[in-house]
Amino acid sequence: MTLTVNGSSVEARESSTVRQLLVDRKVKMPEMVSVELNGEILERSGFDTTTLKQGDKVEFLYFMGGGNGAQ
Amino acid sequence: MELSDQQIERYSRHILLEEVGLAGQQRLLASRVLIIGAGGLGAPAGLYLAAAGVGVVGLVDADRVELSNLQRQVIHHSSDIGASKVSSAAAKMRAINPDVTVREHNTMARAENALELVRDYDFVIDGTDNFPAKFLINDACYFARKPLSHAGILRFDGQLMTILPAQTACYRCVFRAPPPPGAVPSCSQAGVLGAVAGVIGSLQAAEALKFLLGRGELLTNALLTWNALRMEFRKVALRRSPNCPLCGAHPSIHALEDAPEAVCELKRGRG
Repeated sequence: MTLTVNGSSVEARESSTVRQLLVDRKVKMPEMVSVELNGEILERSGFDTTTLKQGDKVEFLYFMGGGNGAQ
Repeated sequence: MELSDQQIERYSRHILLEEVGLAGQQRLLASRVLIIGAGGLGAPAGLYLAAAGVGVVGLVDADRVELSNLQRQVIHHSSDIGASKVSSAAAKMRAINPDVTVREHNTMARAENALELVRDYDFVIDGTDNFPAKFLINDACYFARKPLSHAGILRFDGQLMTILPAQTACYRCVFRAPPPPGAVPSCSQAGVLGAVAGVIGSLQAAEALKFLLGRGELLTNALLTWNALRMEFRKVALRRSPNCPLCGAHPSIHALEDAPEAVCELKRGRG
């Protein structure tokens, strides 16, 4: 199935969970990512239970510190 | 307030802008902005807000200038090493523009003082370097109903969002709570291209000026991300979350609280 991940078209395994997509997209630290699915922020507890479907729009939003020093 | 001939000349490139004009410049001169963190983001924000003639700019920081800051914190000079960041930054801002009153808050934003700090200002810029501070500032601005520009930078990436509390998506609507300390990259891994701080801090200054002028569309309900390596900007649409622990339908946060800060492995790299 085809998903849109951070604006790019991505092929993903049928019925992947959000957790599987994070692994497949090689996101090293999922603790540092917030996931928006079709415009709604997904609770972290839903990463394992939410299955994706054809055409879903997924945004991986990264925790980003920095600014003043080196964090 | 009547502008002097000198002020009309100083601000002429603002006054020429239809969206600013004399009235807009007078508004800026009567406005107050608080910058929390006089570092990579706070440096360009402070310089531009001072040059723009924002009447009062407050600076909050408890750190001193270190050699490793100078690669990106362009408001501090080599001769400032060892000086307090707020006094170093304030001196440059006063030198740029004597019209501006710079207030030095030589302290860290904490649960006990954050509301007091933001209270006297029209707009807040978050230029801090750690997650507990970013969540604290988001919460304080929500409780005090102060508009906020949030930003973060890391390596070649930067991002920012503007928050009108109780009206548009807040930092917790998107990120909920600080990540577990073990997940945060250690200082030795977390480099940043200096110019990334310059770009993102300047964007924060632009948002503050737009808000004060009441012109344009603010970066609300959106996260603007920028990657310098790919030279790509993306604007991700956001919505207020009904499950937000701060501004959602059933909030669990009712007061400010200090979260423990992750201990940094490379203490000397901080600042």
